[in-house]
Amino acid sequence: MNVPPQLKYADTHEWLRGEADGSVTIGITDHAQEALGDLVFVELPAVGRVLKVGEACAIVESVKAASDVYAPIAGEVVAVNDAVPATPESLNEKPYEAWLFRVKPADPAALAAMLDAAAYEKLIG
Amino acid sequence: MQKRTPLYEAHRAAGARMVDFGGYDMPVNYGSQIEEHHAVRTDAGMFDVSHMRAVDIAGHGARDFLRGALANNVDKLATPGKALYTCMLREDGGVLDDLIVYFLREDFFRLVVNAATADKDVAWLRKLAAARAPGLTLTPRDDLAMIAVQGPQARAKAWQALPGAEAASADLKPFNGAQAQTALGPVFIARTGYTGEDGFEILLPAAQAVAAWDALRAAGVRPAGLGARDTLRLEAGMNLYGQDMNEGVSPLAAGLAWTVDLASPRDFVGKAALAADPRPFTFTGLLLLDSGGVLRAHQKVETPHGEGEITSGTFSPTLGKSIALARLPAAVQPGDTVTVLVRDKRLAARVVKPPFVRNGKPLV
Repeated sequence: MNVPPQLKYADTHEWLRGEADGSVTIGITDHAQEALGDLVFVELPAVGRVLKVGEACAIVESVKAASDVYAPIAGEVVAVNDAVPATPESLNEKPYEAWLFRVKPADPAALAAMLDAAAYEKLIG
Repeated sequence: MQKRTPLYEAHRAAGARMVDFGGYDMPVNYGSQIEEHHAVRTDAGMFDVSHMRAVDIAGHGARDFLRGALANNVDKLATPGKALYTCMLREDGGVLDDLIVYFLREDFFRLVVNAATADKDVAWLRKLAAARAPGLTLTPRDDLAMIAVQGPQARAKAWQALPGAEAASADLKPFNGAQAQTALGPVFIARTGYTGEDGFEILLPAAQAVAAWDALRAAGVRPAGLGARDTLRLEAGMNLYGQDMNEGVSPLAAGLAWTVDLASPRDFVGKAALAADPRPFTFTGLLLLDSGGVLRAHQKVETPHGEGEITSGTFSPTLGKSIALARLPAAVQPGDTVTVLVRDKRLAARVVKPPFVRNGKPLV
């Protein structure tokens, strides 16, 4: 299972990456895409939506089932990756390139408090 | 503890993702269920269906017993090897199971039933036989494995993998089976399946299952899991027991009226209840017109004639669209547009007559 060491992780199987401008990019992990199976539909939050921690904010549907994606940190959605709903299979092929949305964190310290790669690897066993 | 088929280790070695199905630990996919789906539609794929149970019914009066036990009429089975799809009903018309019955000899029939219902079916049949035909022997064949090889190239590749099989099965018509002597010993080969493609279902001794699986792989047959099996059967417009019908549903409300013989004078368990059924439902296909999600079981359907419900839904890899089977008010017609509630959205879907896909070709 691919767990890039430079990223942060949520126990709900999202990955997070801090950007130079202070925003945080969020996607789903390799483990998540593998468990979901072939993805065929993705719905992203609206830009400008303010998310609470743990709020269901995106939907990824595989052939098998629909799953929510949760906001791992609170903040305002400042960008979404429109390429992913057009090609849901990109989440299976390149889960760490096919990011879903980017937030401006309400708490700048929130990112540092997320799991590191070693802790996430331990979680997924 | 989940039960395992004789092919469990072979699935793990091939990288399968395993799930519980009918009490068995079964492969849901070996990587990509969509690629497995396409392999069956365009070439050849195989499924371990050893969790399904063959039940042999032997003895004088076997046909007469099944004439009364099954909703379809075994009198349609005139030549040895012929198979029939049928429901087995409760007295109130609810579906205990759907199954295939093979006529092998006048005193020997074979049923193939679903995994989750096998124990219940055998108990039901034993009770029925004790009352009606105590001389019959019912034998669940736990010693047999079953591999379904499906796709346009399935037969040719099966013949390549199992020397000796071709002679016995080259002339088999669809929905017929025959015993064959192969390099792996005696096997039962039927030209049946659950995908809408040509192919075989092969019953063989459990001890030979791995050798047969390996030989089929070597002949270029791609392992496919329950995920692809579900999208293939849904495209083919075939029901799944426990999902599209169950003990609380009449076959007439599950699109299975064509399998129920009410015309002949014979009596069978559930007949009186079906004859009195007001048939308030039609069972039909839906093709999602809007984008915004995937049709799934239990989603509510709104029609001008009242509400209905999706019983099975998925994304069709062949059509690139979402499809479903649904139980709707009887007045709804093919071609109508209905509304499906998908989470917080109301999406338009067209009512279509299944199947959606047959022999690799889209039909809707």
